[in-house]
Amino acid sequence: MSAAGCPMTPAPARVAKVDKETHDTFTLALEPADGQPLAGFAPGQFSMLYVYGVGELPISISGDPHEPGRLVYTVRSVGRATHALVNRQPGEVVGVRGPFGRPWPLEAARGKDVLIVAGGIGLAPLRSAIYDILRHRDDYVRLIVLYGARSPKDLLYRKQLAGWARLPDTQVLATVDYGGTSWRGHVGVVTTLFRQLRLHPAETVALVCGPEIMMRFVVRQLEARGVPESEIYLSMERNMKCAVGSCGRCQLGPYFVCKDGPVFSWAEMRAWMDKHEL
Amino acid sequence: MDPNQVAAPTLAVIELSGLAQLIGALQRRGYEVIGPAVRDGAVVWDVIERLEDLPAGWGDEQEAGRYRLKPRGDGARFGYASTPQGWKRFLHPPEVRLCQLEKEGSSFRVVEGPPPAARRALLGVRACDVAAIASQDRVLIEDRYPDAVYAERRREAFIVAVNCTQASGTCFCTSMGTGPRARGGFDLALTELLEPAGHIFLVRTGSERGAEVLAEVDHREAQPEEVLRAEAAIENACRQIWRRLDTSDLRRLLLGNLEHQEWEQVAARCLSCGNCTMVCPTCFCTTIEDWTGVAGARAERRRQWDSCFTEGFSYIHGGSVRLSVKARYRQWLTHKLASWVDQFGAFGCVGCGRCITWCPAGIDITEEVAAIRGE
Amino acid sequence: MDTKALYDVLRQHPFLEGFKPPHIQKMAEMAHEVHFARDQTIFREGDECGIFYLILEGKVALEVSAPGRIMRISTQGAGDELGWSSLLMEESKHFQARTLEPVRALAFDAIRLRQTCEQDHGFGYLLMRQLLVVVSQRLQATRLQLLDLYAPRGVKLI
Repeated sequence: MSAAGCPMTPAPARVAKVDKETHDTFTLALEPADGQPLAGFAPGQFSMLYVYGVGELPISISGDPHEPGRLVYTVRSVGRATHALVNRQPGEVVGVRGPFGRPWPLEAARGKDVLIVAGGIGLAPLRSAIYDILRHRDDYVRLIVLYGARSPKDLLYRKQLAGWARLPDTQVLATVDYGGTSWRGHVGVVTTLFRQLRLHPAETVALVCGPEIMMRFVVRQLEARGVPESEIYLSMERNMKCAVGSCGRCQLGPYFVCKDGPVFSWAEMRAWMDKHEL
Repeated sequence: MDPNQVAAPTLAVIELSGLAQLIGALQRRGYEVIGPAVRDGAVVWDVIERLEDLPAGWGDEQEAGRYRLKPRGDGARFGYASTPQGWKRFLHPPEVRLCQLEKEGSSFRVVEGPPPAARRALLGVRACDVAAIASQDRVLIEDRYPDAVYAERRREAFIVAVNCTQASGTCFCTSMGTGPRARGGFDLALTELLEPAGHIFLVRTGSERGAEVLAEVDHREAQPEEVLRAEAAIENACRQIWRRLDTSDLRRLLLGNLEHQEWEQVAARCLSCGNCTMVCPTCFCTTIEDWTGVAGARAERRRQWDSCFTEGFSYIHGGSVRLSVKARYRQWLTHKLASWVDQFGAFGCVGCGRCITWCPAGIDITEEVAAIRGE
Repeated sequence: MDTKALYDVLRQHPFLEGFKPPHIQKMAEMAHEVHFARDQTIFREGDECGIFYLILEGKVALEVSAPGRIMRISTQGAGDELGWSSLLMEESKHFQARTLEPVRALAFDAIRLRQTCEQDHGFGYLLMRQLLVVVSQRLQATRLQLLDLYAPRGVKLI
């Protein structure tokens, strides 16, 4: 049984760079190891990253899909396996399986405003969508990014956010739950930013990613403002081991989050997301 | 035997000695024959070397939370109903190595894949279990990512089905449309007919290789009265089945009643032991564990059976999504009888009744469904 | 701004969504435009400030001071209101409001607003109802803030 092409076998990839984004979040850039090219991906997809002898984790790809030969992931260190992953040094090799999952529906968003709402680490899978949108900027009308984090020191990609804010037809609003006195930006949950927007709901596609509670409240705001349920997309998360729909762990109602998702439309999720302990 | 006749299923008759020859023919083709054995008060699967290894004259009594073997006083080789285990342990192994990796400085190398599959002939596959194998085929090899481990074992498996001529108290295959007669999905299907009219087996071929194996066994064409005897025997099994699961509009019933009070009631009894998932022939959930050798030079990724009843199954972000037993029981039942339809186009339940027999609390899914219907 | 210009601005402010033209007209007659520079305190804790604001531009921070530090609770921006408690005959402010950016707003004398509510119950009902909506949204947002959703939760088993 060869490793090449087998979705269950980790393929080696070399850590090229590890950047510290915040006190507990790091971005890893992976390059091919042993001449094996890395698989291409679509924004919203994820890989299973394997640390030799430790274990595997599902991590959303946060890099630019058009940058060949590189896979970039932003990882928050919260436990044993994520800790092992973020402590890899440049030159070390990790295993990659994938990419897996249904990506953000960027084709369907063409000709419309794209409203991106991110909470915390949720900005990572949305960043690759932003990269893709910026590369095909004329295909979309306005780009609006709403981003909420815990505090100013937890904000990801601050330089990039500032850069995007300066682009034409682009609005970037960031907010934090807890602001210090040196923070001169918004303080309040990300839903409080909606009042600053002038939405054209029938012409908007919303891409949402963050803690589940945050996503539920954001969806309520979007629906209250008239964005259709078929144009609201969420990235869901569940326990994953195989990533190919056979271990059964990631089931949410009738869906396997690893292969029917992780991106779902609100039309698909609405019957399941508010069911307690589903 | 005329190879041109292979396409149409043929009905033949073999004697008990023919069954011995069948075992020999399979062994000559490199199959390890797995069949029934009696051990620890139950019918279990074991390697069958010769006809004499098959226990004779054993039947079973099954009820919710109850399983007893009882002697029949005859020579029936397949006189019991369902066994504690289905056949999934041979096709979807309880533990299997996915890959072996070797450390190389700061890198690693994959040195081995899964172990090769043994060629096995499964002797005594009930109709419900044939349907269960078809169900696992849909999940594990007919979906987007075919599982190589299952695929190889499945390909190498020769299936000798045995139609049921008696049912147990927990059987309800008739409700699920899966038995007691096996329809397709086998290489050979036997129906055992007993004395005093002659201990014979009606044989139906279900595939080319089934026909080839039958050609090496002393057999003759079935007489009409023998065919009728077989029909009557299978009818007998149908009549003995009294449990019913009403499947009409079942998917909508279950998914539309996720807050029904019955879930609380069953949760009060359910121990979340996971027995049902272990004995269920269609349950497929697994986990992947990482194992490292002492020196760290070698590592393995192993896939093992798991159960949605474990607390860690749905663990995410510092907590389990399905923390309560109620949520976990509901997940199992709604998956088996509702979501499975969305995912794979059919029910996941084949009506074998094992979950009812082997539940230490005697929980009966046919009763649970009836309760949700409000009966 | 003259009353006509005030009317147009008010018509588009989210706070007056659902108000009928006669009511918007009443508001326009009571409004006057105000400007605040950056880092200017609009009201302090304990102030008896009886002014209700509708923010048009800029950003205001709601803060509370503790020994040695100032804690920021939330920010209000364009489209938000400020000082809703003045509509309820409360006596003094609980928090301080300080601008983070230059602010342009419409200010209303709270006593006049309350009198208008007394005289025109239809207008009063609408104003109070809208106030309730706004305050409930604020409450919901505050609850979400309290949940600390982005905090790391436990250790992943993996």
